[in-house]
Amino acid sequence: MLKYTFGRILSGLVTIWFIATATFLAMHAVPGDPLMNEKATTPEIRENLARKYGLDKPIAEQYVIYLGNMVQGDFGISFTQQNRKVNDIIQDHFPVSAALGILAITFAALGGILWGALTALYRNQLPDIIIMFLVILGISVPSFVFAALGQLLLVNINQWFNISFLPVAGWGTFAHMIVPSLVLGLGTMALLTRLMRSSMLEIVNEDFIRTARAKGLSPSRIFFQHQLRNAILPVVTVLGPQIAAITTGGFVVELVFAIPGLGRYFVQAVQQLDYTVIMGTTVFYGAFLVFMVILVDIIYGFIDPRVRLK
Amino acid sequence: MLDFDFHDIEPMTMPKILILTLLIVAFTNPVMAQSVDAAAQTVKIALAQEPPQLNNMTATDQVSIFVLGHVMEGLTRYDRRGNLAPGVAERWELTETSATFWLRKDAKWSNGDPVTAHDFVFAWRNVVDPKTASQYAFILYPVENAEAINQGNKPLTDLGIQAIDDFTLKVTLERPTGYFLKLTAFVTTFPVQEKFYRATGSAYAADSKDILYNGAFRISDWVHSASLKMEKNPNYWNSKAISLEVIDAEYITADTRARLNLFIDEKIAYTQLDGETYKDALNNQFRIKKFVTGSVYFLEYNYRPERITHNKKLRQAIQAVFDPDEFVNKVLQTPGNLPGASLFPSWIMGVNKPFRQEYPAVVTRPDLAKAKQLLREAKAELGLEDIPPLILLVSDSPTATKQAEYMQGMLKTKLDLDLKIDVQTFKQRLAKMTTGDFDIVGAGWGPDFDDIMTFGDLFASWNLNNRGRYNNPEYDRLVRRAMNSNDPEVRMAAMAGLQTIVHEDAIILPMYEQGVIYLQHPKIKGMRRTVVGSDPDFTYARIVP
Repeated sequence: MLKYTFGRILSGLVTIWFIATATFLAMHAVPGDPLMNEKATTPEIRENLARKYGLDKPIAEQYVIYLGNMVQGDFGISFTQQNRKVNDIIQDHFPVSAALGILAITFAALGGILWGALTALYRNQLPDIIIMFLVILGISVPSFVFAALGQLLLVNINQWFNISFLPVAGWGTFAHMIVPSLVLGLGTMALLTRLMRSSMLEIVNEDFIRTARAKGLSPSRIFFQHQLRNAILPVVTVLGPQIAAITTGGFVVELVFAIPGLGRYFVQAVQQLDYTVIMGTTVFYGAFLVFMVILVDIIYGFIDPRVRLK
Repeated sequence: MLDFDFHDIEPMTMPKILILTLLIVAFTNPVMAQSVDAAAQTVKIALAQEPPQLNNMTATDQVSIFVLGHVMEGLTRYDRRGNLAPGVAERWELTETSATFWLRKDAKWSNGDPVTAHDFVFAWRNVVDPKTASQYAFILYPVENAEAINQGNKPLTDLGIQAIDDFTLKVTLERPTGYFLKLTAFVTTFPVQEKFYRATGSAYAADSKDILYNGAFRISDWVHSASLKMEKNPNYWNSKAISLEVIDAEYITADTRARLNLFIDEKIAYTQLDGETYKDALNNQFRIKKFVTGSVYFLEYNYRPERITHNKKLRQAIQAVFDPDEFVNKVLQTPGNLPGASLFPSWIMGVNKPFRQEYPAVVTRPDLAKAKQLLREAKAELGLEDIPPLILLVSDSPTATKQAEYMQGMLKTKLDLDLKIDVQTFKQRLAKMTTGDFDIVGAGWGPDFDDIMTFGDLFASWNLNNRGRYNNPEYDRLVRRAMNSNDPEVRMAAMAGLQTIVHEDAIILPMYEQGVIYLQHPKIKGMRRTVVGSDPDFTYARIVP
């Protein structure tokens, strides 16, 4: 197990290095000058800015300096917020995205498992058809639609009852998190429901279920102890990357609900060609993703002994 | 090894917990303070984005300037009626060659220190210091040697600013600058205390505690990207004239629909609308207010010799078929925009009245026959059978694309001219504008200071914002004449000459003067909208019961 874990971590580090390099190259290949702004600047001022950010050096040298700083955990200073460190940006805004993401993923996982199991139990019956219709909706409708609709619904509810039932937008209390996290988790919930359903259906016809039934075990015991536990494995597999994806911020949800998460920086940095923030957030996100995948691999070993034996 | 045991969980527990949670939240959630409060004199608003730069020496964007205008003050300021009034300077004297300011002794920083002439000297030197790389350094170019210092040709100490004593500031001017006082109300020229600045290292203005305030308000709480709260500054010399206690930007989002929803929910008291949210605001029967922002939008041609837009007849042909009235009504659709007629917007002041009333712009009425004739002549001059497709460079906003498509359709049907629309993101568009990779570019210009020159010198051959490299010695001569005079008659006559050249030479195709529509809580009085500087200005606002 130790050797297995060590091997996974090593390959994870290589992956992160690859992500950093690929992002660095892609970013510099994008046309446009990160130091340019609406008002034209004199060549002298541009030169000074370039010197400040080290963009006056050859690309290979920039890359080496960049990797060196990255290893020391220093992502530099933002181009758009010229007095703010990228490390501070990640430190300030990742916890927000993470809090929201954890709530969203909890909601998505619980919902996904519940709905998935239900649809499998009532296969081809009315509950199955209704839920699967909603699932298709959840997968195909983009999150900005849900975000806008969710907020509109809140405004209307507040207007009808003439009380502040839940805040329309903003950040600070648990009440602020409820609707955004529901919206954020909706897509993942739909995905997990589908996964759960198919893996439940596979298991229903397995020999050991028939044996359990023949032994005379109660249906609820068969369901919880034998079906659910086996069917949950594929869900756990996708949960890792999904957690990473959700907790690093949903750009649209953050924008609509005025939430100070990392997702906004992630997207705006690309639009603004803010090199240091692009690199910082991408590498951070990449590293987090890799970490979650490794974690899932290890947890997998606990849930399914067969994985460890291999 | 973990053991999952689902035995103990009753199937009904989860929904029960959920419902319970929601109920608890619903009933324990205190009724939150509303968007305005007359007793506490607070107003809640939303910012469109996190202020990227609260260092006033390098700030360039609207949100930062909005915040800075409330928390800091320059030598002069705008009063509640929008007139220039004393700020840190109590009185002043402006001549053709210099400006002297006598500072009030009760102007204080938020740490209690007096604001002195040295704070201005430090800040202004810093602005023009090439190392600072301030994009707004040009604001100070009327000061002696500023431009040379900014280009690295002279030492900082050569800047024409001098603290005669702690409370007397003398500025030597490079050339007569009638509008110099107006510049001293702009954020770039605000003071900074050297001692404090040095103590923060490179983090000046990175957080609310990293700025010294000398304005009517100070930032009491700033959670990055989440909220920014401004409270009345007790150290402000004129704090008795300030009614508002708190301006609380409790939300930061660029999403106009989210801001409208917050307004409907009475969480914010002011929000700007766009084409999409306008209809919803109408449906909610809000009173919609209008304001002309001061910006002019136009199509700018590329004059580099290898481009066919270099040909005057071709530009005139396009001018002769474009109908700005139709454009504003059909394409823009939100109220408040004015049809484009000139490089100078209608609000710019002339000698005594608005410039455009003193010198009305010549407007070409659409004339298809004339346009076709001009196009034939253009083809003959260029020696071309057909005009190859022209590249129209625009930004990737939905409105810009829509405007470009209108032009494309209009020129195709009326003149059989092909436009190729090149949609680019912000930085890419700028890069192409700078290298000249376009025939026509959708551009706009907003005023940096309250004087006609902020528009007038735009197409001077030396102006770097003249992206099409228009070069006309007569234009340059008129700009110089206006620049070197303090006499309004002379200056405005020169500008009228420019206005004629812009039209006759078809340098640009003016499309519209931007107007915005917005919602404002009826209990807010005295909120001032302004085309230059901090907009909207809440400094003298108050909440009525």
